[in-house]
Amino acid sequence: MERQQPFWQIIVKTIPVMMGYIVLGIAFGLVMNQFGFNLLWAVFMSVFIYAGSLQFVLAGLLAQGSPLMTIAITTLAVNSRHIFYGLSFIETFKRMGHRRPYLMFSLTDETYALFCSLPPDQKDPYTMGTIAVMNQLYWITGTLIGSVLGEVIPFELQGVDFAMTALFTVIVVDQLRFSSNKSPAVIGAMSSVIFLLLLGPDKFLLPALSVSVVALSLIPSRFLNRST
Amino acid sequence: MTTLYMVLAILVAAGCTIGVRILPFLIFSKRKELPKIIVSLEHTLPQAVMMALLFYCIRNVNFQHLHNWTGTIIAVTVTACLHLWRRNVLLSIITGTVTYMVLLQLGLS
Repeated sequence: MERQQPFWQIIVKTIPVMMGYIVLGIAFGLVMNQFGFNLLWAVFMSVFIYAGSLQFVLAGLLAQGSPLMTIAITTLAVNSRHIFYGLSFIETFKRMGHRRPYLMFSLTDETYALFCSLPPDQKDPYTMGTIAVMNQLYWITGTLIGSVLGEVIPFELQGVDFAMTALFTVIVVDQLRFSSNKSPAVIGAMSSVIFLLLLGPDKFLLPALSVSVVALSLIPSRFLNRST
Repeated sequence: MTTLYMVLAILVAAGCTIGVRILPFLIFSKRKELPKIIVSLEHTLPQAVMMALLFYCIRNVNFQHLHNWTGTIIAVTVTACLHLWRRNVLLSIITGTVTYMVLLQLGLS
């Protein structure tokens, strides 16, 4: 089962995340630099925390010398959506052997998205492990570049981060095309729109995800079962 | 900031992040048979989450001003249509991104 597909084919799958992570990593490195933190701290964060949106928030918190309790609560709030990602891979990760701890650690939004986009026969330890490691390497590489460029260049990032939006668009299109039941997507879209309108762009994601989970749990499974 | 504070703060953030990521595995992995509801969620949840994350990506689109959403909507539409047509992930993403960057230069975001 190992090495079902060659390394470069797996790399091709990660290219969208590569573009997104390197660009966002550069942005993060630049932000850290602006707050007066050197390359080591930025890379330290990207290696051990590895959570994009949180790291941006944390740069500000660290610069203010915020209490550790504030940092803990902020981290839990910003990253709580990750609880839902693990739920989708409890069974799959049981087959991952020694790669399992790292796969759990590195389950970011984008890695989760790429895992979701894999056909069942490609959900093997080698493919998933390679995707996970490469994604974090992209993130660290971007962080490094951004930190180094920090003071040198007013870097033009405009629009390249749309690669992330495009990635999610493509995944949603694929999910809808391959599933016979589209109600989970409709539930996700409806709760997103409702909470976007109610709470605004900064706070909508967590309640939208929570409501989706509750709704999907309560709706009898025969209405949802054939969707994958 | 002292080095000790920085190290502690980053470790706290790292610990909380890891905790959140492994929580579902800690709760459910020991059981041999997963509750039916979890099995069902494992299949239905990705669709809902991906949809929500797509909205998260475009969350800052401001519908009150035409130039603040047309670019995003056009680029997302281009990406989706191209993907339905050619079914090539990379082609769809690159074309969509380039479209967005061009539109941004034209003043549409």
